[in-house]
Amino acid sequence: MGVGRSYCIALVGLNGYIVEVEADIGQTLPAFVILGLPDAALNEAKERIRSAAQNSGIPLSRRKITANLIPASLPKRGSGFDLAITMAVLRAAEDIRSIDGTVFIAELGLDGRLRPVRGILPAVMAAVQAGYPEIVVAEANVAEATLVPGAHVRGYRTLARLAYDFGADPKELALDYDPPGADPGDENDDAAGIVPDLSDVSGQSEARRALEVAAAGSHHMLLTGPPGAGKTMLAERLPGLLPDLGDKAAMEVTAIHSLAAVRSSTGTLLRRPPFENPHHSATAAAIIGGGSGLPRPGAASRAHRGVLFLDEAPEYERRVLDALRQPLESGELVIHRSAGTAAYPARFQLVLAANPCPCGKASGKGMDCTCTAIMRRRYFGRISGPLLDRVDIQLQVERVSLADFGQAGTEEGTVAVAGRVLAARQRQAERLGAFGIETNSQVPGRTLRGELRLAPGTTRILDTALERGILTARGYDRVLRLAWTLADLDHSKIPTADHIGQALGLRQATATA
Amino acid sequence: MRAKDILGRNGEALAAGFLEHQGMRIVDRNWRCADGEIDIVALEGDTLVVAEVKTRSSLDYGHPFEAVGPAKLARLHRLASSWCREHEVNAPRKRIDVVSVIHDGIGNPQLEHLRGVG
Repeated sequence: MGVGRSYCIALVGLNGYIVEVEADIGQTLPAFVILGLPDAALNEAKERIRSAAQNSGIPLSRRKITANLIPASLPKRGSGFDLAITMAVLRAAEDIRSIDGTVFIAELGLDGRLRPVRGILPAVMAAVQAGYPEIVVAEANVAEATLVPGAHVRGYRTLARLAYDFGADPKELALDYDPPGADPGDENDDAAGIVPDLSDVSGQSEARRALEVAAAGSHHMLLTGPPGAGKTMLAERLPGLLPDLGDKAAMEVTAIHSLAAVRSSTGTLLRRPPFENPHHSATAAAIIGGGSGLPRPGAASRAHRGVLFLDEAPEYERRVLDALRQPLESGELVIHRSAGTAAYPARFQLVLAANPCPCGKASGKGMDCTCTAIMRRRYFGRISGPLLDRVDIQLQVERVSLADFGQAGTEEGTVAVAGRVLAARQRQAERLGAFGIETNSQVPGRTLRGELRLAPGTTRILDTALERGILTARGYDRVLRLAWTLADLDHSKIPTADHIGQALGLRQATATA
Repeated sequence: MRAKDILGRNGEALAAGFLEHQGMRIVDRNWRCADGEIDIVALEGDTLVVAEVKTRSSLDYGHPFEAVGPAKLARLHRLASSWCREHEVNAPRKRIDVVSVIHDGIGNPQLEHLRGVG
């Protein structure tokens, strides 16, 4: 007998670290000790492992078993270590042959079956990156694990089968035991994939145009308008206009959703931009991520590479809204909790919707509005200036007129608009690739006024506005970004004075902004 | 005598023979005091060995070793000291061993010996 060794992955946020599992069998009274900062779920592994091994026909040694998870200082949580510990212990007892650098990620059932765990995709990515491409997972996790290029994934249904492949004595093994397989793929996934079509929106030509511009340049957006004007309807149709995610983005998105377990394990990458629509009573932890121990991703991270829609934005706690400023700036959320710090990507497109005032009637002439001026100001005051500063498109949505209503279906559909958006995105990628960015919304002001500087004749209207103090310097840059997107949609090489005029219109459409 | 006691007696006899075969000198068997009982006291060189013998007829209720918990070990330590005091023995080294005997009464009994467990 000696020391048995196997490998597993500890996830801290989306980052995985290789954990070496050592097991030693001491010549003393029976006990099972797990070292290396295990959490409660991991400490319970002892009982699961004992029963699973017993029921698989390879009972653990009746001596003192010590399992050590290295590095000892890294906090480890969850049940994904069950299998790696078991294999290390079996190796220490020389029940199986040497394991040589194989990574094991699965939970054990008492009957000896391997159960899937959350976060398989980021874990396998980390294993391959660390140079451990041989990976064993539960059968139900195979499809997700094989998404990672370069991984040699093997899936097993029971511990007995796995031990057999690693050279355990087949005489005692419970090889006949065949628990029912995993549930067939989540059918809800397809249902969730159906995005409402833009042709459902009657009229609203201005809003439709703004939505197209937002999609094309990935600009953040604020929609204000009375209840029933169709703000929510419009926002829900934005993801449908966005192009499919590239390989890298799809991996990131799938990894987050694998960890957040908002869907069961499936074998496909998420290619469509996600849409998150939290309720306005959501806490900061729900939006940006949190939870006890190691923080888990929140709505902002689940909306990574997609759309985060905050309906009734002024109803959110101010703290929650302001917490979004960090990801809007850096595309990443760093959350600190007792058990450690986790960084989750959160590069989302923000869409805010708001009523014009608490009673919602202050649009148009606002004759019916019962709110006082101060109530109206306070209402919008909750969306802080710094947050609003980052929102390129601020649009007033009016109630649909009778003339436009009832003509649903005659309007342009999602497919046609998405085609133009895709073409505009490609133009941006060609132009901005040199700067390492993808969309107009990300272009820094320095570049806008440097390499991408427009002729003075074109920007005259802006220069005048800036001079008169109607436009701030930051506002000036935002108008330029929008103008570039408008030019891209028009297949124009550079923005013209007309594009700048339109951009100004999209930005200043609300009286409050 | 009840069946379990006979099993225990037989186990202890087997264990004593086993330990002697290992080169130990048995100095006492089934020594009792108010605090409990020591199954076997033996000497291996100048080390005083207090051995606890656990006998089972099958593994149906777990391995004999699993029946020796921390409380039992603590008592064995106390008993070792009491034995030394009463016999006015000054042992430079003391050790607790556990011997498990699995014997269904038909085949060969299986003995396992753990040295210095606590």
